[in-house]
Amino acid sequence: MRIFDPHIHMTSRTTDDYQAMYDAGVRALVEPSFWLGQPRTSPASFFDYFDALLGWEPFRAAQYGIAHHCTLALNPKEANDPRCTPVLDALPRYLVKDSVVAVGEIGYDSMTPAEDTALATQLQLAADHGLPALVHTPHRDKLAGLHRTIDVVRESHLPPERVLLDHLNETTVKDARDSGCWAGFSIYPDTKMDEDRMIAILRIYGTEKILVNSAADWGRSDPLKTRKVGDAMLAAGFGDDDVDKVLWRNPVEFYGQSGRLQLGIATPEPLHEGNSILRGGE
Amino acid sequence: MPMSPTNPPLLTRKELDAQLGGAARAWLDEALAEAEHAAAHQDTEQPGGPYAAPPWELRYAAAGRHAGLEHADSVRALLLIEARATLPALTRLYEQGTAAERRAVLLTLHRLDLGPTALPLVEDALRTNDTRLIAAAVGPYAATHLEAHNWRHAVLKCLFTGVGVEAVDGLARRARGDAELARMLGDFAAERIAAGRDVPADLTRVLELTTPGAAAPTEES
Ligand SMILES: [Zn+2]
Repeated sequence: MRIFDPHIHMTSRTTDDYQAMYDAGVRALVEPSFWLGQPRTSPASFFDYFDALLGWEPFRAAQYGIAHHCTLALNPKEANDPRCTPVLDALPRYLVKDSVVAVGEIGYDSMTPAEDTALATQLQLAADHGLPALVHTPHRDKLAGLHRTIDVVRESHLPPERVLLDHLNETTVKDARDSGCWAGFSIYPDTKMDEDRMIAILRIYGTEKILVNSAADWGRSDPLKTRKVGDAMLAAGFGDDDVDKVLWRNPVEFYGQSGRLQLGIATPEPLHEGNSILRGGE
Repeated sequence: MPMSPTNPPLLTRKELDAQLGGAARAWLDEALAEAEHAAAHQDTEQPGGPYAAPPWELRYAAAGRHAGLEHADSVRALLLIEARATLPALTRLYEQGTAAERRAVLLTLHRLDLGPTALPLVEDALRTNDTRLIAAAVGPYAATHLEAHNWRHAVLKCLFTGVGVEAVDGLARRARGDAELARMLGDFAAERIAAGRDVPADLTRVLELTTPGAAAPTEES
């Protein structure tokens, strides 16, 4: 089973996770920039974070045979802090980088005017740079948030097939699909979606334009949830081709719209005791 | 030592032209023309605003997806040379660059007229644990300009992180008769032996090179 996790925050994960993901079949992933748990207080903190997503993290991933790409953006939560909003002015110089395959995560957190501005601005940046957009749907007031998100997407220059609406569930999936956008589902140990509910959604809506991710980060989460969905699909009677479509071909097609996916990493570089990661702080 | 990063030779314009497809070749022609334009107007055109970049620098960022990842180092090096990149431009490209973009800056330093002024970039790369950057940092520019203390630590860092010492340019010349490097290598070997671990073959090789009368091998480039 070959797996592409289209949304996972590896910065928060260990090398054990990389190894377990490789063993489970993960060969490619996209790491969206997001909130780090601790609020940032200046654009410089974002720039160091973006640099890590373009430098150190792909290096770590490559050591475990996994191709690493990222999406960059000012996230909705910190879009509300005027100390952070100058990040929007600097994004153009980051969006030209070879491994940036979308603008994201953008979207709504509390649905404030500042979030309206950041979302519309960044959808335009995506259109200007020939990139798709990864749009996070809010955890609170989810359905209203989805409707407002779809309205802003409709008003933007970005066609819906270049937009991925993420963190969907049973209450938001229908309207998300009717919008023409791609539909993303984050499978968590105890919130958002689980494997069985995901199977039920795949039975109703099929496998077209549907993506499944672990969204694993610094919170309670499981980087192997993509594999567990694949196993649950097979157990539920879906075929190998269905699994490959949801867990590999769909994310490749969505992020491939950037023209920047490089899936060349086939086998892991052998790790040895002199390795700079194993040596840690050295 | 397996799979240690090395610096594959940079291709010339002619060699690239022979390997690139039509679209990539046309893209490279335009990119080099923009770089040449920038070199000719270096005194008159300044980037507008802290995040603005001249067109050739955007080409520099996009080299991997237009010319192929395997040619990105060569294309970026050609752009830097064609643009006669100055220290401020190089520093900006390095500091704002991906690991691949930083690597190409490091690989090109010795082909630009910089004297020792770009050493802060080399020293930055040597502080990382990214073996691709470390390998690129110990090239001909470091061989010429890096002062003895930092150079010895760079050699030791290669041994620590698994970067093959064949990446260290001018190794035999600079190691010859270096008693302090010999002491550091001896201490490192003793630490490994005390821990019950193998002494890397590269360590023994460099230690031999520190002998005052060691002959410079012809492989040294
Ligand atoms: Zn996320």
